[in-house]
Amino acid sequence: MRSSVIIFPGSNCDRDMDVALKKFGFKNQMVWHNDQSIPKSDLIVLPGGFSYGDYLRCGSIASKSKIIKSVIDFANSGGLVLGICNGFQILTETGLLKGILQQNKFLNFICRNVFVKVKDKQNKYFKDLKKDVLELHIAHNEGNYFCSDDELKSLEDNNQIAVTYCGEDGTENETTNPNGAIKNIAGIFNNNKNVLGMMPHPERMIDKYLSGEDGSLFFKNILDNFK
Amino acid sequence: MEVTEAIAIDHGLKKEEFSKICELLKRTPNLTELAIFSAMWNEHCSYKSSRKHLKKMHTKGKQVIQGPGENAGVIDIGDDDAIVFKIESHNHPSFIEPYQGAATGVGGIMRDVFTMGARPIANLNSIHFGSPQHKKTRNLLRGVVKGIGGYGNCIGVPTIAGQTTFDESYNGNILVNAMTLGLVNKNKIFYSKATGLDKPVIYVGSKTGRDGIHGASMASATFDDKIEEKKPTVQVGDPFTEKLLLEACLELMADNSIIAIQDMGAAGLTSSSVEMASKGNLGIELNLNEVPCREEKMTPYEIMLSESQERMLIVLEKGKEEHAKKIFDKWNLDFAVIGKTTNSKNIELIFDNKKVAEIPIDLLAENAPIYDRPWKKTKLPQKLKFDKDEFKSLKLSDCIKKILSNSNISDKKWIWDQYDHTVMGDTIQKPGGDAGVVRVHGTNKAVAASVDSSALYCFSHPLTGGKQIVCESYRNLISVGAKPIAITNCLNFGNPEKEKNMGEFVECVEGITEASKYLDFPVVSGNVSFYNETKDKGIKPTPTIGGVGLISDYQQMLTMDFKTEGNLVYVIGKTDGHLDQSIFARELLNEKKGPPPTVNLFNEKNIGETVLDLSRKNLIVSCHDVSLGGILTAVSKMCIKGKKGITINTLRGLTNKYEYFFGEDQARYIIEIPKASLKKVNDILNKNSVHFDELGAVNGQSIVYKDDINLPIEELADAHKYWLKKYMDS
Repeated sequence: MRSSVIIFPGSNCDRDMDVALKKFGFKNQMVWHNDQSIPKSDLIVLPGGFSYGDYLRCGSIASKSKIIKSVIDFANSGGLVLGICNGFQILTETGLLKGILQQNKFLNFICRNVFVKVKDKQNKYFKDLKKDVLELHIAHNEGNYFCSDDELKSLEDNNQIAVTYCGEDGTENETTNPNGAIKNIAGIFNNNKNVLGMMPHPERMIDKYLSGEDGSLFFKNILDNFK
Repeated sequence: MEVTEAIAIDHGLKKEEFSKICELLKRTPNLTELAIFSAMWNEHCSYKSSRKHLKKMHTKGKQVIQGPGENAGVIDIGDDDAIVFKIESHNHPSFIEPYQGAATGVGGIMRDVFTMGARPIANLNSIHFGSPQHKKTRNLLRGVVKGIGGYGNCIGVPTIAGQTTFDESYNGNILVNAMTLGLVNKNKIFYSKATGLDKPVIYVGSKTGRDGIHGASMASATFDDKIEEKKPTVQVGDPFTEKLLLEACLELMADNSIIAIQDMGAAGLTSSSVEMASKGNLGIELNLNEVPCREEKMTPYEIMLSESQERMLIVLEKGKEEHAKKIFDKWNLDFAVIGKTTNSKNIELIFDNKKVAEIPIDLLAENAPIYDRPWKKTKLPQKLKFDKDEFKSLKLSDCIKKILSNSNISDKKWIWDQYDHTVMGDTIQKPGGDAGVVRVHGTNKAVAASVDSSALYCFSHPLTGGKQIVCESYRNLISVGAKPIAITNCLNFGNPEKEKNMGEFVECVEGITEASKYLDFPVVSGNVSFYNETKDKGIKPTPTIGGVGLISDYQQMLTMDFKTEGNLVYVIGKTDGHLDQSIFARELLNEKKGPPPTVNLFNEKNIGETVLDLSRKNLIVSCHDVSLGGILTAVSKMCIKGKKGITINTLRGLTNKYEYFFGEDQARYIIEIPKASLKKVNDILNKNSVHFDELGAVNGQSIVYKDDINLPIEELADAHKYWLKKYMDS
């Protein structure tokens, strides 16, 4: 499976993503934000970081960058687009995903392990995933997902909520919500479920010496579903 | 404007220093020249009070590639890999403006590391605040933590360990020490020594503004009531630009275009240009009209003194300008040829086609004043005789809960949750352990790092305190299974013009030197921060040691959490029960006098090497050094982290249980041993004549000791984990 990771000035999880993708067998390439086009890919990843310093709203300048039109075209033609952390923020800014990511409820940056519940498996990311709850890692200051009542209803009606923050046993409540996100939302899909944005970083959880290994399941599953 | 003695004094120079300048120049300097002298001759840049003593430090070793004197120290970790590291203070700015002060401290130390061609792979910090009851403490802590996080998180370098303490002596002078480790190929290290004539001098990075003018002088003075007025001397950080600068510099460093490179830190363009020329024994000519400026009508004086962040000065090979410019254009950074190297041995500044300053370089560097300041020895305080009857009113279980929730012992998760500690995907030991550990990307190796200081011990007896911190750093690295290699130090002290403060400095340095020599743990970089004093009240002497060690196979890394029920727990090293200067004495007896625990370097080395041997042979599964709070505190942390209890044996020949459990004797570790390894462990300990106590066995969910203690781990965890969070929320 061919993948492309877009590097914006200020991206800082681009290498980690490259390492993770290659570890599981993706043929990955790095693409510079000033390029006009993206090499032939089956998956495009917008990595975490602070694109353009995040000096306006997070992700907003990246959503106007040169490369982004190609990303949008690719997504609209059904290609898989994955945005992690800052990548998720960029996807909401482009309009490919609904809603926004506000500052965390307690106004602090949060870096720690969290559990997320996989809410939908009828998609190319989570289909046939063996687990329902994954232990992943978050590191963000603006991960507090918010959207309007109408948008939330349509996300729920179309099963576009991808993952939600929960406890180890899958309980979703206020205490298992690290950042105040509406309905504990940690990640969502677009309407066709080819575009996924999520705050947790699977690429930081790819071997047992790191924070955990559940990120491996995520990447392997994408590959399995592609075959 | 005619420069007078009064103007010189306003620039932080002493009367005698101004006369010396006039004498050396054989004329009165103009204002720009005076500014350059003041920037180069202040304490921060010239080390004029400390240099004499720093020379004695132990700085050489088999693995040392570069010792003090460069942007950072460099050590060899095998296979052509080298680690570049340094710690630096940003105390004065952080007290005035905590967020920007701390942020630019982190930015500055990272630049020191990538200037040498290394990609930063880990950050650490040691931060010290006033009493929790002091009205400024909470906001200063919040601002500093946000500043450190704001900068490091954005750059994408993990913050893997740190230290936070509270003491009333920091009420008017907090300490913010930031450390960075970088990884470089040992054949591709870049230095700051300029060579060759007529080579282009290049300015890259951010534009120059009026921020930070006189920053280095401010850092060389004490504070008074008017510190608010000093706000404009604090620099403003832009981590995004630094990230671009990092990537652009590393890209340019991939080929052979750079002759020398130096970051513009304290005293900005002045010190970077003078240092590069001085090291190469050259002259340098700068055309200040070519310097990219952010504000209009900046004068030569302002351009030379600005401490705007995220800037670098490069001496480039001739003909490589276009190639280099392309890289900086790609990263949207300023790039300007602003001068050239010359054979005049002077720094010459041109502005509007006129020469506005001309000073022989050696007057600024080698001829800077060196002082042999008078200092006073601190006598070893008399050992206290504790009234054991007083202990009878205490309960062991209350004592341990109180100690675990002490501000200096309690869990600092509230802080490090705000630092990205996992980015770069190689952090295998997070903050909260004895040392942070990151893998050397793509290899089996890992690097461990720890920051330590013991101001109470250093205040009580600086010589012992100096030795003790080096040993503590050594133990922390061994506790994670790393072989200690070298240290960097950040020497935070009061006013060197006072004999007591100067004496604290001299004796701490002596202690550090003695221990680092004995343990073969050389100092490769560091910085000195004097004048940590407000309204005549100075801080306790606080040398901070940043230690770096190597784990050759990262699968052998150790952590402190208890692993398996039934495993045996030993205390390695002898416990005499030294309570003077302990947390126990302070917290429960309100006793602040007495000497710090004695340091026995032979024991430190012998026991340290023995523990390392046990870990290399995979005979132990967890390890933690015994430091503040003694054995019971160390064991409690191991229980809390492992979510497992311990049953402590009835100890034979115990003179006093309080002394045993809370004494802060040095050179001790606690280890967890699987039963199958027991015989081998005993053999090794006996062979090396290492004293050990069979403390107990991992068991259940409580700490149990005879009828004295029966405490569920959860109750201990509650005492330990929430003090800081509650404090910050209140």
